[in-house]
Amino acid sequence: MHIQEETNQRHVLSLTVANEAGILARIAGMFTARGYNIDSLTVADITPDHAISRITIVTNGPPKVIDQIIAQLDRLVPVHKVTDLSENGPYVERELALVKVAGTGEDRIEALRLADVFRAKVVDTTIESFIFEITGPSDKIDTFVGLMGQIGLVEVGRTGVVGLVRGKDPV
Amino acid sequence: MALLAFEEGIDVAEMSGADILCQCLVDQGVEVVFGYPGGAVLPIYDILYNHPKIKHVLVRHEQGATHMAEGYARSTGKPGVVLVTSGPGATNAITGITDALMDSIPMIVITGQVATHLIGSDAFQEADTVGLTRHCTKHNYLVKSPAKLAHVVHEAFHIATSGRPGPVVIDIPKDVQVATAPYSKPEMNAHPSYRPQVKADAAAISTAIEMLAAAERPILYTGGGVINSGPEASALLRELAELTGAPVTSTLMGLGAFPASSPQWLGMLGMHGTYEANMAMNKADLIVCLGARFDDRVTGRLDAFSPNSRKIHVDIDRSSVNKTVEVELPIIADVGSAMADMIAVWKQRGHEANDMTEWTARIDGWRARKCLDYVEDGAEIMPQRAIADLFSATRASGKDVIITTEVGQHQMWAAQHYHFDEPNKWLTSGGLGTMGYGFPAAIGAQIGNPDSLVICVAGDASIQMNIQELGTAIQYRLPVKIFILNNEYMGMVRQWQELTYESRYSNSYSDALPDFVKLAEAYGWTGIRIEGPQELEAGIRQMIETPGPVMVDCRVAKLSNCFPMIPSGAAHTDMLLDPSQVSGTMNDEAKALV
Ligand SMILES: Cc1ncc(C[n+]2csc(CCOP(=O)(O)OP(=O)(O)O)c2C)c(N)n1
Ligand SMILES: [Mg+2]
Repeated sequence: MHIQEETNQRHVLSLTVANEAGILARIAGMFTARGYNIDSLTVADITPDHAISRITIVTNGPPKVIDQIIAQLDRLVPVHKVTDLSENGPYVERELALVKVAGTGEDRIEALRLADVFRAKVVDTTIESFIFEITGPSDKIDTFVGLMGQIGLVEVGRTGVVGLVRGKDPV
Repeated sequence: MALLAFEEGIDVAEMSGADILCQCLVDQGVEVVFGYPGGAVLPIYDILYNHPKIKHVLVRHEQGATHMAEGYARSTGKPGVVLVTSGPGATNAITGITDALMDSIPMIVITGQVATHLIGSDAFQEADTVGLTRHCTKHNYLVKSPAKLAHVVHEAFHIATSGRPGPVVIDIPKDVQVATAPYSKPEMNAHPSYRPQVKADAAAISTAIEMLAAAERPILYTGGGVINSGPEASALLRELAELTGAPVTSTLMGLGAFPASSPQWLGMLGMHGTYEANMAMNKADLIVCLGARFDDRVTGRLDAFSPNSRKIHVDIDRSSVNKTVEVELPIIADVGSAMADMIAVWKQRGHEANDMTEWTARIDGWRARKCLDYVEDGAEIMPQRAIADLFSATRASGKDVIITTEVGQHQMWAAQHYHFDEPNKWLTSGGLGTMGYGFPAAIGAQIGNPDSLVICVAGDASIQMNIQELGTAIQYRLPVKIFILNNEYMGMVRQWQELTYESRYSNSYSDALPDFVKLAEAYGWTGIRIEGPQELEAGIRQMIETPGPVMVDCRVAKLSNCFPMIPSGAAHTDMLLDPSQVSGTMNDEAKALV
């Protein structure tokens, strides 16, 4: 007997939640308990009184599973609202990465040239290395990191995705 | 709220956290708490000492307390309340908390916790209770200040009892129980993000009625949600069935919402449901699911589940909709409220019940298979006969009867052969299938219904899982009855081994059983043994007529199996009706299913 797998779609979910103890564990645990995937998860409080946080989750799964994920999230008591940005209409998503690259001579110049193309900023430098700061959609960062891999990539830190719907209104 | 009053200078006396907790319970109308003391709840126990309003039932194991609370809740419609200490008290409660989550039982579990400054230090009897119970509760809280306690407790009751009901844990560190804060009853101020949808969308109701009016072969598939929605929902279900003429089946959890004595009743559906219920589901052109959730015990093989029907699903929990079976019309609402709307629209449009002659004739054909019949040889008591006799004797007694069960074959036989006409009279562990549920649940039901005849139908193995509660029943003079169908096997396990593993009975024989009559007597119960068919009637009568708690050891045929049965992974149309259809082997796909 073999276990069959289904084809997955990437979805970006944006949640507003009560900023209370255990909320992150509640959400992350729900994903593991029900066998859902988390590609990235970001969280920070977004109101002056620190009462509400926005959590952005990038997940993947077949449409039926995505639907269940949203329903299961919505059912958690401290969750105010769940929006599937990927379904909701046009939206912006951004991720920030710090990328450390080491090298000398021609490699160093090539790294800087690429950084310029990707609008990455140099935030730290030594004679033999740079740390670049880059923001953009995740696939742009993937490409940048991939290219640096051919030059002298040392390590990467990524924040995970945040996203908002386009236009003047909130979700 | 208390804080506000305090700030505004209104004179509110300070109370300890323990006092505030008990006052909240009183304000919530709590009459009984099932609990077990320990170091981390001593301040609360001191308040409960000779408490004028709250009765405390001392259990013998915290799991017992949780199932008692479940039995109390399901038989009265009120939330069950549990009080246990930190660490082992809390971990012992987890099975019952999970059971309540799976079966949507409103329950509040108060756990003691080590003092706030000790949390995280591996202190004596410290366990991460909110961490451990996060995924087996509807919601949980760790309360770090006595000023927040009242709000949390009232909110917890609201969450446990509204929407899809469920268990809520409140973890209270010992210093929070001792420290003081002002208390005045807060306004009900629910969690701002908690908003269950009770009222159905009018357009959806309208569509549902058109679908119902157009259906030639409709069936109402009902579940525990109808019971949870309250007795009015059961009355509305009867009315809806009468208006539409649709036959009715129910899940294990929903038995009693629709009267088994009605000609429209098809019996339970699913793995051990009736042939007529499963065939009708398979051949229907419209399924109206009312407060049930297309559980795997109900659907059998999904790709063969009711292939040609349109489906309406009424559920208060949106995550239950399209989880396993995709439906054409989801209606997110309290099932009672939705049925009231449906009835109103049906009447307003002047619909008449469709001509069901053909549909009824087909159903009668399936009924004629007499799928619940069994062969008796006269030498041994057939377990089905024991339940049938229990049903007729208790019915004849004229008493209000509540039946609880443990888990196994006896549970399924009780579901098949005991017939319920009213809701809240059938308490069983459906979702989690917890052996050890039935006996404590019976104690809880008896406390909530002192004048009812409460009987736990048990198996020889299951009853041993919470047997220690014999002491609780005696202490509180509860006349509960335990009726053990003793087949000297974990019969349901043995049955699956027969179906799947060529009858290799690995560890399913109940070896070294106690003498149940002597065991009963050791606790001050009456013990009765029923050995053969000629003793059955008299034994049951004696059990009913004996005042006080009675344990009956009813020796039944050891090797009988529960039929009909849809083997795991099979379709509704592939039911096994009797032992001759059992092959003794299964493929790996089927073996991998529970
Ligand atoms: C706590 C728990 N452990 C294990 C099981 C698996 N299980 C289901 S039925 C059963 C046997 C029950 O035997 P008994 O109580 O004698 O009932 P019978 O089937 O013989 O009527 C077992 C072990 C369970 N449901 N619950
Ligand atoms: Mg048994």
